[in-house]
Amino acid sequence: MSKYYVNKFLFTIDRDPEWVASYREDPRATVARWEKEIGSWLNPVEQTSWLEFTQEEREALCTHDYVWLFEHGAHFFLNLTLFIALFDEEYAAAKGPLAFQTEMAQKLGHWTGRDYPSVAM
Amino acid sequence: MAELTAVLASTHHPFYYKATTSPEDQRPPYAADWQRKVEAYRETLTAAEPDILVMVGADHFHQLWLDNYPQFLIGKQERCDATFYNEEREFGIPKYTLAGDIELSRYMHQELLGKDFDFSVSHELKIDHSIICPIITVRPEADLPIVPIYTNIFVPPLPSPRRFYQVGRAIREIIDSFPSDKKVAAIGTGHLSLELGGPRQFGEHGPDPLFDADAIKWLSTGNIDAILANVTHESMAGAGNATHGFMDLLLMMGVAGPGVHADYVDHLDLFHTREMYMTWYPNKTQDQLDAAARAAATAQASTGPIYATDPAWEKFRVNQEQA
Repeated sequence: MSKYYVNKFLFTIDRDPEWVASYREDPRATVARWEKEIGSWLNPVEQTSWLEFTQEEREALCTHDYVWLFEHGAHFFLNLTLFIALFDEEYAAAKGPLAFQTEMAQKLGHWTGRDYPSVAM
Repeated sequence: MAELTAVLASTHHPFYYKATTSPEDQRPPYAADWQRKVEAYRETLTAAEPDILVMVGADHFHQLWLDNYPQFLIGKQERCDATFYNEEREFGIPKYTLAGDIELSRYMHQELLGKDFDFSVSHELKIDHSIICPIITVRPEADLPIVPIYTNIFVPPLPSPRRFYQVGRAIREIIDSFPSDKKVAAIGTGHLSLELGGPRQFGEHGPDPLFDADAIKWLSTGNIDAILANVTHESMAGAGNATHGFMDLLLMMGVAGPGVHADYVDHLDLFHTREMYMTWYPNKTQDQLDAAARAAATAQASTGPIYATDPAWEKFRVNQEQA
């Protein structure tokens, strides 16, 4: 698990409206493009030689699988904020305010009363 | 020397702005009560007549990032932009530009280092909602220069509760010794029990109302011994995965001082979290105490500590016993 790289994905997508729109529309293509254009770069000049996703991580991101991400220690705040950006509006229009957030809580309900997966790295 | 005229410790809630500025028919049912309490709380700062605001908060992965994450950081710059794209998107919070008080930032940074608090520094810090929320609630004119201070409540391993308290004590000493005739207010925001991105988020109440009862009692009585005996990183996680923001409230209690009772205490159960509004007047004047009493009458708040035996908590104790 490269928690840092997964968090870097969530962080850098969430802060940019174009990447948010792209990730909502075509997550698989966006993940691939992100690895080339954003993920592998420390700054516009310096490139990482070692950061990469595991196959499971890439698949979770490609399928918007926030439950898997929670269960593997992605930071809870990034995991919440980005998926709110993706789904809040359509859920709220269909089912009322905070419908997405409530559904997310339900999908994670089996963690109630247990120690959550650590976000520490 | 500068005069510390008020210390404010409050929760910050990014929904407040939209809830209270939307057209009447689009506001949530709790908006009016919330606004009444916040506007009453605002009067407790106004009565302190501050010239400078020392603002304590925590970046929510808007600027500070895991490639280089500070434990404690001070902003030192003449202007501070505020509100990031994703905060506008999610909360509808507007952008601001605040003045920075570079003289006090510089003094604060130097003195903190002199007291062995090795703060990081930013000369291009953009402020997020941990500082803009209290500007919106208690100083919406956004007309005072600030000294922004950020803490790490998000990226474990975190500094200890004791360290947050010690930083608060140091900030108090530094404000008191600042060679200036200005009046300074210190405002910090954090959380009571809170869950974000986990199974207890957005429930009927905050994730742990009885933690909130204890927290308000401890903070409003300045009971540092009880906090250090009962609050650990693990116990906060048990109360909700984002409860570590309580440590910023603890830091503010450190600014107020050990055993010092708050002069204004209010709280509000907002379905998924509990709001808290607390003010200390370190150099009390009758005008300040009168303002707090008027605000408390408006908000049904208290002009002194609120204890965990308060009837507000009874229904949660019943629930706990039934469980």
